[in-house]
Amino acid sequence: MSGLARYIEGAGAFLLAIIWISPLVFAFWAAFHTTSDAVNFNLAAPWTMDNFRTAWAGAPWLRYFLNTFLLVTIVLIGQFILTTLAGFAFAKLDFPGKNIVFILVLMQLFILPEVLIVENYAMISRLGLFDTILGVGMPYMASAFGIFLMRQAFKSVPIELHEAARIEGCGLLGIIWRVYVPLAKPTYLAYALISVSTHWNNFLWPLIVTNSPDTRPLTVGLSIFGAPENGVDISVISAATMMTVAPLLLAFLLFQRQFVQAFLRAGIK
Amino acid sequence: MSRHVNIERRRQAIYGWLLLSPAAVLLSLFAFYPSAATFWSSLFSRGTRRNPSEFIGTENYADLFADPTFWLVTKNNLFYAGITIPVSIIIALAMALWANSKLPARGFLRTAYFTPTVLPMIAAANLWLFFYTPGLGVLDQIGALFGLPSVNWLGQPETALWAIIIVTIWKEAGFFMIFYLAALQTIPEDLKEAADIEGASRWTYTRRIVLPLLMPTTLFIMVNAMINSVKLIDHLFILTKGGPSDASKLILYYIWEMAFAFFDRPHAAAMTMLVLGVLCVVAAIQFFYLDRRTHYQ
Repeated sequence: MSGLARYIEGAGAFLLAIIWISPLVFAFWAAFHTTSDAVNFNLAAPWTMDNFRTAWAGAPWLRYFLNTFLLVTIVLIGQFILTTLAGFAFAKLDFPGKNIVFILVLMQLFILPEVLIVENYAMISRLGLFDTILGVGMPYMASAFGIFLMRQAFKSVPIELHEAARIEGCGLLGIIWRVYVPLAKPTYLAYALISVSTHWNNFLWPLIVTNSPDTRPLTVGLSIFGAPENGVDISVISAATMMTVAPLLLAFLLFQRQFVQAFLRAGIK
Repeated sequence: MSRHVNIERRRQAIYGWLLLSPAAVLLSLFAFYPSAATFWSSLFSRGTRRNPSEFIGTENYADLFADPTFWLVTKNNLFYAGITIPVSIIIALAMALWANSKLPARGFLRTAYFTPTVLPMIAAANLWLFFYTPGLGVLDQIGALFGLPSVNWLGQPETALWAIIIVTIWKEAGFFMIFYLAALQTIPEDLKEAADIEGASRWTYTRRIVLPLLMPTTLFIMVNAMINSVKLIDHLFILTKGGPSDASKLILYYIWEMAFAFFDRPHAAAMTMLVLGVLCVVAAIQFFYLDRRTHYQ
């Protein structure tokens, strides 16, 4: 009985895995075939790069890639600075009002930037950041999740190291930079991976605050490119989709272990 | 001595607030002030050139409650949450148990389950277009093999929301699996050995030991899934645009549409306040139920 049950279970696990990757595999296959071959499942059809050529010529992809890259970098740098400073203050300093402020910060986990689109849009316009990459990234920089993660990481740093650095004549910022940041490296790595993949994939907010090809990230560019009004056929859409997901997907497949570890590490704490 | 302590305390207070200030400024600009401003503008009428906006109290809310589309969208979103939350949690749990078991090619299973998580929702929607397109789509072609008629999955009210739900489950189950995997790895080996010695079957072990130990993780995932059921709407832009006749429209999409397609900010603000209210309830669940577990960890 146990043997048969295990066999069925294994089959179930594989079936689920195949269902789960089939959309991706099929789109990958379709991206390299003509539309009529793709929709007819002509498995023997010849492979072609035409879809990629058409897709590449159809939109300023290089610019979109650059925009997404800049966006992800700006958000990451901003988050790194803000969450380090705030996380340190919450973990290691004692001051009146700290607990109340911490609860307010945690509230932001639920007041999603996505829900506040209307007023955040007004705020970004007021700051003169409409249709800028900084404007796309700014609402995400003071990430409550990041502050919380850094606080946890810094809390476990023994106070002796802090004292030793201070006796050596290190200022507070120097102590943070030379003692705390290096010790929290795994947390930073985990957080960076999550941040990059979140913002690489973000759509609704960039859709609202960008208005030109010069600032538009990949996701928004892809949605415009694939819009039914444009009448682009499905193989070309597949090719464009493959292009936009390729960097992150390749990075994931290459660094899969680290990626999953990063999610694990950040998720359980 | 006490003076020294006093100075140190003041020093810490100054440093504390200085270090917090950049984050505090940004959080105020993009979370707290907008929340307050949303509430405020939900109390005013929509200004036009002839009628400047004026204070109307709760009228915007009353309008919403009288708007059948609002109720339809709410119903859709509740249905969306009611299906995606439990189904993705159950699938995630199965995935984690399988990816953590001694099945061959475990690495492949894990990769396959997790891959959708790294794709943008927009890209995911494009992939699924292939499955749903009437006549040409994969689902129709499979159906045709069995002699079934062509179905316009995205184009008819009965199936459009289901099509959206399936994409969401596909996208988030692998992500939730990771949390279960993390939790599974913290369960000590001795429990399994003890269960084996007692002659407990694998099923009994899973049901009586593993599942109870996963309860805190399940609650955590549930909170995340609830937030996702508000937040994950990107695929609507590609697949259905909320149609046909609002059958697959979700609240956040409706807010977006009201504010940026119909330029009706006050009603969008009122709806945003209602969503924030729901999210506060979710936050309360998190704080009262979830944070307790940290005490006995």
